[in-house]
Amino acid sequence: MNWGSAAEFFAMGGYAFYVWGSFAVTALAMAVEVALLRARHRRALEAIAPEAIADEAAA
Amino acid sequence: MNRPSVAAAFAGLVHRDLLLAARRKSEPLFALGFFVIVASLFPLGLGPEPELLRRIAPGVLWVAALLAAMLSLGRLFAADYEDGTLEAIAVAPVPLAVAVLAKVAAHWLVTGVPLVLASPVLALQYGLPAEAIAVLAASLLLGTPVLSFVGAIGAALTLGVRGGGVLLALLVLPLYVPPLVFGAGAVDARLAGLPAGANLSLLGACLALAAGLAPVAAAAAVRIALE
Amino acid sequence: MRRLRWFRYASPQTFYPLAGRLVPVFAVLAAVSGAIGLYLGFFVAPTDAQQGEAYRIIFVHVPASWMSMVLSRVMAFWAGVGLVFNTRLSSMMAHALAPTGAMFTFLSLWTGALWGRPTWGTYWVWDARLTSELILFFLYIGYMALAAAIDDPRRGDRASAVLALVGVVNVPIIYFSVQWWNTLHQGASVSLTRAPTMAATMLAGMLVMTFAFWMYSIAVALSRVRAILLEREAHTDWARAVARAEAA
Repeated sequence: MNWGSAAEFFAMGGYAFYVWGSFAVTALAMAVEVALLRARHRRALEAIAPEAIADEAAA
Repeated sequence: MNRPSVAAAFAGLVHRDLLLAARRKSEPLFALGFFVIVASLFPLGLGPEPELLRRIAPGVLWVAALLAAMLSLGRLFAADYEDGTLEAIAVAPVPLAVAVLAKVAAHWLVTGVPLVLASPVLALQYGLPAEAIAVLAASLLLGTPVLSFVGAIGAALTLGVRGGGVLLALLVLPLYVPPLVFGAGAVDARLAGLPAGANLSLLGACLALAAGLAPVAAAAAVRIALE
Repeated sequence: MRRLRWFRYASPQTFYPLAGRLVPVFAVLAAVSGAIGLYLGFFVAPTDAQQGEAYRIIFVHVPASWMSMVLSRVMAFWAGVGLVFNTRLSSMMAHALAPTGAMFTFLSLWTGALWGRPTWGTYWVWDARLTSELILFFLYIGYMALAAAIDDPRRGDRASAVLALVGVVNVPIIYFSVQWWNTLHQGASVSLTRAPTMAATMLAGMLVMTFAFWMYSIAVALSRVRAILLEREAHTDWARAVARAEAA
């Protein structure tokens, strides 16, 4: 183990801002990408849905 | 029998484009005027200190020439695209890459050469010594055709596309980095007392590569735009 | 026979469900390897003698840079296939990869800046790698902007494919020219890429994180291509069947 305590871990030897700034933005970017992708998928489905329902109604 | 007619077609296209440019006198003057104005703005923004100006001259003059060349790209294919001439050229028995080569050559003669010729005058404004001025002109002589060739690809890709001008800049400027680095680097080297040969050779290599590949890529892009 | 099966999956209708089954697989692989990589990076790899804890940024910086380069080539490959063979799905795959590639390029720049500040004193260093990454970022943005600006999807596919191919050919040239430029201006050049001499555990952590980012990219790209398929094929029967099924 590298860290004596949780506090040490979060302090990152004084470089907390840089290290956590990097990891946090990375995690955030990936989370945003996935969220946007889900929204895009939903929107695509919704764009087709009215016609699909009309199809079903006509059938 | 084919070879003479391809050469004749090439010459004919260059001649035609030069004639058209001569009638629309604004075209070469526009690029040249932009070059001169931008080159004049930097000292006004930074101060007239001779040592500073001499140091920034290679980069500033090269970037100004690069931007001037880039701004003139929009007109490379646009006029012919709009009136249907480009379509006629595309279906002609001459290889489209050759036709593109001809248009780029004419474009360079009209917009690039004036930049090369004006550069010594602007270099004097920046207090560049004679050997550096010579290298600057040589670098622009080698570099502006590269800018025209590479720019032709961007111009063809953005034919008739919304936001064409800014989009063209976005597409083309990353590709302009190598000639910029080698061109400005050549003048910088000369200013530092080092030989400019290495940079100029690399610039020459860029030109050879661009002349060989860009017409093919631009021709493909023209075909895509015409569909 | 094998060749027939391969082309079977090149049809949007069959690829959509296949991709749908694959996304969770790669997502899990990404999560698991990411967890292992982070564990290695924070709890196994020792502190660096020169850079202290700041060096740990390489566990995201290097994988992000690596992926930004790899994705640009894979994207250009699929764009090229779509251009030459006129296969719609290949072009869609290229479009699916671009945003992720751009994201990793941005992350490479962001983490590079945060690494540079404590180690070299400034947020931005004009070293060859970072500057080339910046230009790569512009290439990604240009690709996406061109595709978005062209109304006809097929013309957009072909035009952006030409751009992707030209870009990928140019990236090594641009990289070389920036390295050249860096050596010309010797005074300013500090190599941000001079990572600490690698302990085996550091290297292991970096490789596992790279693998995790790779798995993530595949999962996201497959997911995105499904969305693109639905958008482009909205009027087909199979798409309507999917919409009905997924809305239920």
